Amino acid sequence: MIGLSDYLVLAAILFGLGVAGIFINRKNVIVLLMAVELMLLAVNTNFIAFSHFLGDTAGQVFVFFILTVAAAEAAIGLAILVVLFRNRASINVEDMDDLRG
Amino acid sequence: MSSELSDVLVPLPEIVLAGLASLVLIVDVFQRSRQRPATYYLAQLSLLATMVTVWATAPDQPVVALHGTYIADTMAVVLKLFLLLMVLGVFVYGRRYLDQRGVAPGEFHVLGLFGALGMMILVSAHSFLTLYLGLELMALSIYAMVALHRDSRAASEAAMKYFVLGALASGMLLYGISILYGATGSLDIATVGARIGDQAQLGVPVAFALTFIVVGLAFKFGAVPFHMWVPDIYDGAPTAVTLYLGSAPKIAAFGMAIRLLADAMGSSLADWSGMLVILSVLSMGLGNLVAIAQTNIKRMLAYSTISHVGFIFLGILAGTAEGYGSAMFYALTYALMSLGSFGMIILLSRRGFEADRLDDFKGLNARHPWFAAMMLILMFSLAGVPPLVGFYAKLAVLQAVVHVGQVWLAAVAVLFSVIGAFYYLRVVKLMYFDAPEGEVGVAGQGLDVRVLLSLNALAVLGLGLFPGALLGWCMAAFG
Repeated sequence: MIGLSDYLVLAAILFGLGVAGIFINRKNVIVLLMAVELMLLAVNTNFIAFSHFLGDTAGQVFVFFILTVAAAEAAIGLAILVVLFRNRASINVEDMDDLRG
Repeated sequence: MSSELSDVLVPLPEIVLAGLASLVLIVDVFQRSRQRPATYYLAQLSLLATMVTVWATAPDQPVVALHGTYIADTMAVVLKLFLLLMVLGVFVYGRRYLDQRGVAPGEFHVLGLFGALGMMILVSAHSFLTLYLGLELMALSIYAMVALHRDSRAASEAAMKYFVLGALASGMLLYGISILYGATGSLDIATVGARIGDQAQLGVPVAFALTFIVVGLAFKFGAVPFHMWVPDIYDGAPTAVTLYLGSAPKIAAFGMAIRLLADAMGSSLADWSGMLVILSVLSMGLGNLVAIAQTNIKRMLAYSTISHVGFIFLGILAGTAEGYGSAMFYALTYALMSLGSFGMIILLSRRGFEADRLDDFKGLNARHPWFAAMMLILMFSLAGVPPLVGFYAKLAVLQAVVHVGQVWLAAVAVLFSVIGAFYYLRVVKLMYFDAPEGEVGVAGQGLDVRVLLSLNALAVLGLGLFPGALLGWCMAAFG
């Protein structure tokens, strides 16, 4: 029987992979977008697992909203990526160094 | 039936703004002129209409509507009025600036309106779902606005950095919310708050969720050590967009912090207060010290923002009604000062000239004594010199911190403000005691920008002389 904690561990691993992907990745901006998506999916897993084990549907409703927002977010992210590529002819993360924080 | 109907009408200001913003979007498509005057005036009219609606529907008692997802209370009303006012100012400042740089004005105004709608939803959230949707509506609009100047290398890089870090912050916040949902079994902020208070065994999962939520909040505010994006985005974005994201979202972020920390997790005050102490001290320290080394005024103001965020956190971490009220006063007045100082950069800019180096302010007094005086007021206020409003904001926050016994924290804050005064006064020195370099002029912008800037700076002076009304209003919001 798969318990709540199994889902939570899976979500935590996915979330950790997403965060690590954002910080470790130095090559490709598209991979950054994938890492962001992975984080959101980890959160979704959490919500669905909790929703199921609590017997409360609010968490599943939340997941629909997160999916929708994630789609909008991906659209804007890819649009910015197109603008970035037009200006620089590169989507390498290491090339983004005009502005130094 | 009638109660359900009135329930739908509680978020009337948001409904009005959503409708009018959609109308602006359609009207914009049918215009031929490149300046799109109808879009501009209609956008301003939408903001005014929304402000009137907010004012007219302001409730005496907090009203929770739409099955507990939306709340209208005094804090939300005051924050909404101010953030709409800020967006209105941004539109006036930014209009000609955008036209001179060939940035599509229609998109700017429509995105600005939808961003304002997101902020309004954010400060009126009574459920984590509403909070998340408001936050994303605001953030997605701003990501697109930063990238509006499509041919600028810096703007597209800034937009990408902002997008990735903003999405990371939202992810952190959501992960925290999901854990909190699992621990308490509810998404309703008041219910979550009550369950955390009642059940002591929730301690560990709530502390775990709290860490993620505070990290997400710190990212959104731009507090050290999650501040890396702030200077890059402020610098890379077109100044009109910097103006937008440096003013109104700070007010909205304050509202979000109160909803999350005070309303939902008020009973874990001891836990989050400690985290905010660290963020606050680091922000005030690093913000003020690094600002000294900047030669670009947009970057300098970005680091100054970071240090002011430290002060806002100082008020919140006190955890008393006085602390929240003073932090709210600080956020509102900081947005006003930020609007004025970025407005000054816009005023001095013209086609092909950004006026974003500190050297561009040299000798301003010799050419335009009136605007040099206005900038003097803004800089002194940011530094916290009496009798300007920045002083009272700092004083109120420090008082709140001292009243909860954190005297050392107040001392550290004062020390860092003294260090911070250096770089604000340097701008004043450049304006008054250095010879002009090149052409410093205000001819590039219209009369409306000049009038608004004067009003903006005089409001900073006026609120400094008579802070009582606004301060009283902020304190009343927290009863």
